[in-house]
Amino acid sequence: MTEGVGSLAAGALRRPALRRLNFVDAFLWAFRLAVILVVVWGTVGTLRLGRYTGEQWVDFVVFGLAQGGIYALIALGYTMVYGILRMINFAHGEVFMSGAYTAYFAAAPLAASGFLNQHPILSLLLLMAVAAAVSTGVAVLVERVAYRPLRRAPRLVPLITAIGASFFLQYAFRGLYGSGFKAYPEFELFKGEWQVLGVGILRTQAVVLVGAAVLMSALYQFVMRTKVGKAMRAVSEDKDVAALMGIDVDRIIVLTFAIGGAAAGAAGVLYALVFKQVHFFMGFVPGIKAFTAAVLGGIGNIPGAMLGGLFLGVVESVGPALFLDGLGIVAPYQLKDVIAFTMLVMVLIFRPQGILGERLAAKRA
Amino acid sequence: MWRVGLVFGAVACFLSLAGLVEALHARWVVDGVLSAGQVLVLAVFVASGWTAAERSGWTPAGRLGAGVGSGATTGFCVGLLVWLAAHVNLRTMFINASPALFALLSGGRPPGEAWVGAVLAGGALGLVGALGQVAPSGLIRPVLVGLGAAVGLGLFQDLILLILQPEGFAPVRDWLFVAGGGPTARGAAVLFVISAVLAAVHPALRARPTRVLRLSPRVRRVFWSLVGIALLAALPLAGGPFVAQVLVIVGLYTLMGLGLNLEVGLAGLLDLGFVAFFAIGAYTVGLLTSTGEHGIAHWSFWAAVPVAVLVSLIAGVILGIPVLGIRGDYLAIATLGFGEIVRLLVLSDALRPWLGGSQGVLAIPKPVLAGFELSGPQHLYYLTVVASAVVAYVAWRLQDSRLGRAWMAIREDEDVAEALGINLVSVKLLAYGLGAAFAGVGGAIFAVMVGSVFPHSFQLLISIQVLALIIVGGMGSIPGVIVGSVVLIGLPELLREFGEFRFLVYGAALVAMMLLRPEGLLPAAVQRRELHVLEEQAEPALVAGRDAAAEGGS
Amino acid sequence: MFPARLSRTLLLVSVLAFVLGSGSLVAPAAPVRVGPVTDEWGVVRVARGQPIVIAYWLVVAGPDASLGIDSRRGIELAIDDKKTVAGHPIRLIGEDSGCNAEGGTTAATKLAANRQIVAAIGSSCSSEAVPGAPILCKAGIVTVSPSNTAPRLTDPKRGPEYACYLRTAHNDLVQGRAAAQFAYHVLGVRRAATIHDGSPYAEGLANVFADVFKRLGGTITSQEAISPTDTDMRPVLTRIAAGRPQLLYYPIFIAAGGHITRQAKEVAGLENVKLMSADGTFSPDFWKAAGEAARGMYHSSPDLSVEALGPKYQQFLEKHQRKYGEKPLSAFHAHAYDAAMMIFAAIEKVARKDAQGNTYIGRKALRDALFATRNFPGITGTLTCNPYGDCADPKIAVYQTISADPAKWNPGVDPKKVWSMKR
Repeated sequence: MTEGVGSLAAGALRRPALRRLNFVDAFLWAFRLAVILVVVWGTVGTLRLGRYTGEQWVDFVVFGLAQGGIYALIALGYTMVYGILRMINFAHGEVFMSGAYTAYFAAAPLAASGFLNQHPILSLLLLMAVAAAVSTGVAVLVERVAYRPLRRAPRLVPLITAIGASFFLQYAFRGLYGSGFKAYPEFELFKGEWQVLGVGILRTQAVVLVGAAVLMSALYQFVMRTKVGKAMRAVSEDKDVAALMGIDVDRIIVLTFAIGGAAAGAAGVLYALVFKQVHFFMGFVPGIKAFTAAVLGGIGNIPGAMLGGLFLGVVESVGPALFLDGLGIVAPYQLKDVIAFTMLVMVLIFRPQGILGERLAAKRA
Repeated sequence: MWRVGLVFGAVACFLSLAGLVEALHARWVVDGVLSAGQVLVLAVFVASGWTAAERSGWTPAGRLGAGVGSGATTGFCVGLLVWLAAHVNLRTMFINASPALFALLSGGRPPGEAWVGAVLAGGALGLVGALGQVAPSGLIRPVLVGLGAAVGLGLFQDLILLILQPEGFAPVRDWLFVAGGGPTARGAAVLFVISAVLAAVHPALRARPTRVLRLSPRVRRVFWSLVGIALLAALPLAGGPFVAQVLVIVGLYTLMGLGLNLEVGLAGLLDLGFVAFFAIGAYTVGLLTSTGEHGIAHWSFWAAVPVAVLVSLIAGVILGIPVLGIRGDYLAIATLGFGEIVRLLVLSDALRPWLGGSQGVLAIPKPVLAGFELSGPQHLYYLTVVASAVVAYVAWRLQDSRLGRAWMAIREDEDVAEALGINLVSVKLLAYGLGAAFAGVGGAIFAVMVGSVFPHSFQLLISIQVLALIIVGGMGSIPGVIVGSVVLIGLPELLREFGEFRFLVYGAALVAMMLLRPEGLLPAAVQRRELHVLEEQAEPALVAGRDAAAEGGS
Repeated sequence: MFPARLSRTLLLVSVLAFVLGSGSLVAPAAPVRVGPVTDEWGVVRVARGQPIVIAYWLVVAGPDASLGIDSRRGIELAIDDKKTVAGHPIRLIGEDSGCNAEGGTTAATKLAANRQIVAAIGSSCSSEAVPGAPILCKAGIVTVSPSNTAPRLTDPKRGPEYACYLRTAHNDLVQGRAAAQFAYHVLGVRRAATIHDGSPYAEGLANVFADVFKRLGGTITSQEAISPTDTDMRPVLTRIAAGRPQLLYYPIFIAAGGHITRQAKEVAGLENVKLMSADGTFSPDFWKAAGEAARGMYHSSPDLSVEALGPKYQQFLEKHQRKYGEKPLSAFHAHAYDAAMMIFAAIEKVARKDAQGNTYIGRKALRDALFATRNFPGITGTLTCNPYGDCADPKIAVYQTISADPAKWNPGVDPKKVWSMKR
């Protein structure tokens, strides 16, 4: 079971055996052409229909960017853990959920006492701290119980425990907090819109985008500039050699999980700021989307996660209206995930290292 | 030892606050005396003592001390929770922190008193656990088995009562159960004794094989397979339609598991979108046979099955081509995407005129065999068993064929396999295609079992459950698939009334399984070797280095 | 490897023999005589002093649990009020049905296996009843659903396999029509858009609304669909805005409904659109989810106001509060109460006693008695069953949200009843 990450199609397709089999190539070309045809035909059709105004297209993009900010926030944690451990932390979505859900129980009394709207920024930071603390706790616990003993097991084993942990956490929180959902209080400060460059953007969404950017640069600086960050990169390159160099690999891995968890907790509060509702299943779908975003951007790459998130958000928002409307498909937004996943597969086939490329993919090519 | 006690204390508090204790409290293990909820709490205390005793490498007396200390610590935690609940309204946050729960935990005493009581009781129970650790194992196993049987009687009482329904069983029923309630004390006690005795003599029996008839191994094997067949055939007759229904579901998951086993277990191609092929099989049969508005052919089930298998196979190949070059976790997410794409397409309004959208395909007739309609679960059970047997046979033949060897080779190392002349493309596509075909058979039976096909039946959850069952059963092993689906699918179905906690236990079981027996319950020989080699082996990184070298050399 | 071809052949032959032989497992129905009762579908004998067993199959676990638990509480309250049926206490057992087809199949199979069950109440979701009801019918167990609303279940063409299925919930044809009439005539809306979430319930209801609205002369600008797990609705709302509708009808569930309600006002072109949802979101939880954005929106729902249902419902609510410490979780508790009461009345009609005081209930007789229900005084109205199992006295009302404060939830006052359907 040896997997250098992303060894890949690009490489694979150069192999003689594959070249002999032209039907695979032919199929892939047909696939490419079909997708391009659908996109072009749909786009032309949509534009000819002229259903949407220019402002509406701008809105589509803005909404997409805002949703992409949410994906990016979660994807950052994914990418951190993947970069170090080479594993899908399938439970990352649940780590995100645990922080956001628990912080609600701090938000409700704050809102009831009126403190929330007297000191909104302070309250927001306070809630983020609560959520980050809980998420960090959960992430570290999951690492300790479900991943650490299995570090040398075949690849599939930690993936299964991750899935198990994901289920366990979902239903544990369901048992603790109930199966209904809670709704965060309104922050008066973040109601309404701001005008940025003549385009209206909702304040909550602006906060999310700024939050994601801040989080990304903080993580990036941390990994690139600090001693711990350097150790993380060393562990990610080669655990054994890092250990020989005197790095405490266990400690670094726990730290990675803790930081990824804290980021997920903070992301959870920002998510709740936009969507208000929290419940036990809230982490699952965004978790999958965020993983997709991380792959799109190039997994293990922090700016890539941000870019991948924004890209995915925009495609989901603009795609159905732009590509499918013109084909006369009814209810195109039901198929937005189809677009997202098709794009994921396309990226995996034709550019497996993701948009920003991954330094690790080059290792084996 | 304090740490062990604290961990178990946290576990006990969690189980209480998550509502599990209270839910199980509704089940009598001994009617009017002991509920399953109480058993759960007691078990945590005993386990606390047991673990502490196991961890402390002291003299027997020291171990007992460790057990008492640990149990008392656990008791302290539970007492603290009870005391807290009396002074703070925990229910604003924890929905299951109900008065009934704390009445159960405190035994109805005031909080301060209950706290002291919990510490004392915890110490005593911890001592019991430690005794279990110190005592000879020949004594402990039978007791554990007996306790397990008695608790099982309480947990599965619904099912047992269902089986004991016919009037002929009335005396047994009345002896074992209080009318309209749980097991009687005498029933539980007798069951405990019987299973404990059986467990005690079992090793002795195993040690001296009493061979009544000296038979050749071949005849013996035939004999045992006949016994197996007879048992399989008799199961639904004994258990009634509900047991048959559960077995049908187990059979469907077995079919899917066998298919995924080719992909994951043999060829090492991870797939999280496997439910797509199940859905394709089900929809194909639905569309070809339905007498409703979406039926296109009104064929018989038997004519539709080969088509369904073929369509699934083609779908498997088509989905396989784009992901040929993708490996590892990327493959997981790509296939997951495929599964979701298929589900969304069958659900979509865009394809509604053909596939029925969310209203599904209805009016799928039951299969008719020789003029006889296979209608109830008991009939479908036989259909499923036959299908599973055929598919298992095919899978088993494949495993030892050239193709199977080729799959294992690419699982171990694609590059080396290719260098040895294995055609990666066709081998991989065959794995996807055949795996999908097996799932298609399952889907076909599913369609006639439910008699209608709805997109909502094909959630990602199913893909994950199938993956989990082949892992728990043992990768690459056919009996493992069957065991896995019985344990992960059958047992939860039988305990439906705890549906709320199904996935909680399920998740915990997956993690525990991987920690305790990563090779699965019934591993294939190769896997077992591999996993034990791995424990001594260096990091995969070194292997990757070797790969790179191999690649450089090719 | 394998010993002999012999055993393989044996395996196949014996299994096939069993398949063929199992034909004798299920005997065709012939009238059975037990005690004083003869019945084609079989007879339940309840010994003296033993309880009469009623079973529910409702979704009481998982994400849709509040719907089933709400109905179960209605049944429990009916049992508390009724205390005894034909001189026997009542015992309620039940199964979770998961709100999907295979859950309904398994739950129904388990109930069908239990020969002590006299009648069933369920299912919660229509997709459970489609495969589940025929299984119960085959076992001769009559079932009454408190919350299935899919038209096909009581369609004249529904087929004989649904012969034991009735419901006290309204048929969606009624609710969809009422909502469309209200929108067209009362609100004076001429352009409307619908959204469903891919659930059979929402999709059916949205389609009925659209059909009726078009027939009345209105225009449907677009019919959209989302996933129940979606959170960002702004793009789809932008698409809807392009058609310039005056009303948005989204008969979906609480989570996604809350997101749509909150986000609709934030989308350019929908600032003045009227919002309308249905009974799936008619609960104080929805106000939590949607916040202040819910103010002024409309809901079509079974009429649960005191003036429509009378003092009986008020008493029911008081008992509910006493027993469960909270307000009802969903809209179908009263329907479940009526379903249970209807069954009890029918059992008393057909139960026969022997000299020792044992009771005998004919299954088909019970089914016929239920279908013969006329002018039964229930909480939800005066129930009369038609030959296809529709028993509801559908009182559909439209409510308008005033405060959106969950603490002030009081159907009829806030949300205020603004219209009720003329029959």
